[in-house]
Amino acid sequence: MRPEDAAAECIMLEEHVFSVTKRFLAMYKKANAGHIGSSLSCAEILVFLKFAWMQDDDTVVLSKGHAAAALYSLLAEAGLLSDSQIDSFYSEGTELPALPPFNAIKEIPFATGSLGHGLSVSAGMALGARLNRQERQFFCVTSDGELDEGSVWEAALFIAHHRLTNVVWIVDRNRIQAIGRTEDVMALEPLDAKLRAFGYHVVTVDGHDFASLLAARDACAHIIAARIAPVAIIANTVKGNGVSYMQDTVDSHYLPMSAAQYEQALVEVTRAHEAAVSGLRNAG
Amino acid sequence: MRAEFAQAMVTLLEKRKNLVFVTGDLGYLALEGIAKAYGERFINAGVAEQNAVSLAAGLAREGHLPWVYSAAVFTVLRPYEQIRNDVCLHKLPVKLVGNGGGYTYGIMGATHHALEDVGAMRVLPNMRLYLPLVATDVDQVVSRMADDPLPNYLRLSASAKIPGNVPAFAPWRRLKSGRSCVVIGMGPVLQGLYETGVPNLLDELEIWSVGTFPLEDIPDALAVSIKEKRRVITIEEHYLACGLGEALSYLFLKSGAVPESLVCLCAAGYPSGRYGSQRFHQEESGLSGQALVSSIQQLLRA
Repeated sequence: MRPEDAAAECIMLEEHVFSVTKRFLAMYKKANAGHIGSSLSCAEILVFLKFAWMQDDDTVVLSKGHAAAALYSLLAEAGLLSDSQIDSFYSEGTELPALPPFNAIKEIPFATGSLGHGLSVSAGMALGARLNRQERQFFCVTSDGELDEGSVWEAALFIAHHRLTNVVWIVDRNRIQAIGRTEDVMALEPLDAKLRAFGYHVVTVDGHDFASLLAARDACAHIIAARIAPVAIIANTVKGNGVSYMQDTVDSHYLPMSAAQYEQALVEVTRAHEAAVSGLRNAG
Repeated sequence: MRAEFAQAMVTLLEKRKNLVFVTGDLGYLALEGIAKAYGERFINAGVAEQNAVSLAAGLAREGHLPWVYSAAVFTVLRPYEQIRNDVCLHKLPVKLVGNGGGYTYGIMGATHHALEDVGAMRVLPNMRLYLPLVATDVDQVVSRMADDPLPNYLRLSASAKIPGNVPAFAPWRRLKSGRSCVVIGMGPVLQGLYETGVPNLLDELEIWSVGTFPLEDIPDALAVSIKEKRRVITIEEHYLACGLGEALSYLFLKSGAVPESLVCLCAAGYPSGRYGSQRFHQEESGLSGQALVSSIQQLLRA
């Protein structure tokens, strides 16, 4: 790809993630709800998957269901959820609860948020598609704290054994779990070596940098197409990314925003977006 | 029932092309025929029941009809939350098969006995249970499950040998009529009633078999018998909690067919702390042998 095309793709993704982030920040503010840090952690990952990797028939499973607002906002960005559905987030009688619902939204095949389910249901759908002779991809985004669940490793063994290269596993590696840091609670490192030992082709990226994510996609294309090994992408991220008072804090998992904090979040997210786009324009 | 089950699954494949059979690495000298017939649609998912159940949910989401097989206690209890969330909430047609209901695994000991599987499954939303009694039930049950759009649990045990003609599988079946007392049971534990060796005792018993959960309403003929005979025994190779006896108690009240005397025979666990065959544990729980006879005779005197 020519450098100017790569920059243009990154700018497109930056515009989408800015829109997605503004939308879910507004949702959280209106709902006076938490889990904001979870959504800020994986916003670029979800935008990258939806707008730079997935085909129409592909499926994403957000196993870390706590970032549901980011997923809902992403689906709205893609024209798959309406404004009124988004407006109803968290309200009485909504289809969009804090964690993804069952059998309500076509693009959400499974209710998630109870951790350690997403990779297995992705494996099942991927195996099902393969038995149906369909060339579809399934993308599963897990958290890192979620990797404490034994079922994740059952799924990892299964996917590697059956070489289900139509499952791409993205670990949102923000190093914070519910009430502590992953390496303090139950150390995961060396995570890349663990996944390699399970039979995965592992790529480590900056999960907030589209150039890094796109490079991973391109580097994995042959591995997937030739069914060499299933791909796991460790996306190094920051919980609460882009909002200084939330960044890298456990609090950002729980606390809603005050009016002043919301204003601050919008200012900082806007400033970061403008800087990113400006940098890309200059580079392109 | 394993052999009949395996044969039924092979036969079913002739009619249904979307079957996938997932085993949790069990089924030695039982599933080989299925493995051969199903080819790539037979998956040994390893000793990993949580993944197997969620995997099956994913397969069902893609239009397949997955069956997940293991020992009953591993099918039901290890992946319980996966069954609840990924299968039942989503109302996906995943067919769970548990071999060894009750004390079937006998001397294998307590970790292999399934004494709370029915209770655990019957409280889940959208779940329907199938409880075959005799060997000839199994093929009928497998066909019913394949046509049932709901999540299902099939409890396999050692088939009962019931003398005489056993009616075709049904949610409610009257196995025989009798003079003084109604017995309602689930699964092969009913066989013990036919083997007491006490002359004429069987003549006193009207015996019914329950085949599915949620329980269907009490049939009129049974309601009449309960009102007439006023004595009821329930019998199950399962703990009392959330089992047949408790479920029936509610139905009695709801239907107005309320017995004057009710004895709920059920698994007692391990009262002596010792282990033996299925029969040994049944006798310790009063589900067969002399203790069963005593319970019946005591009720008949009441």
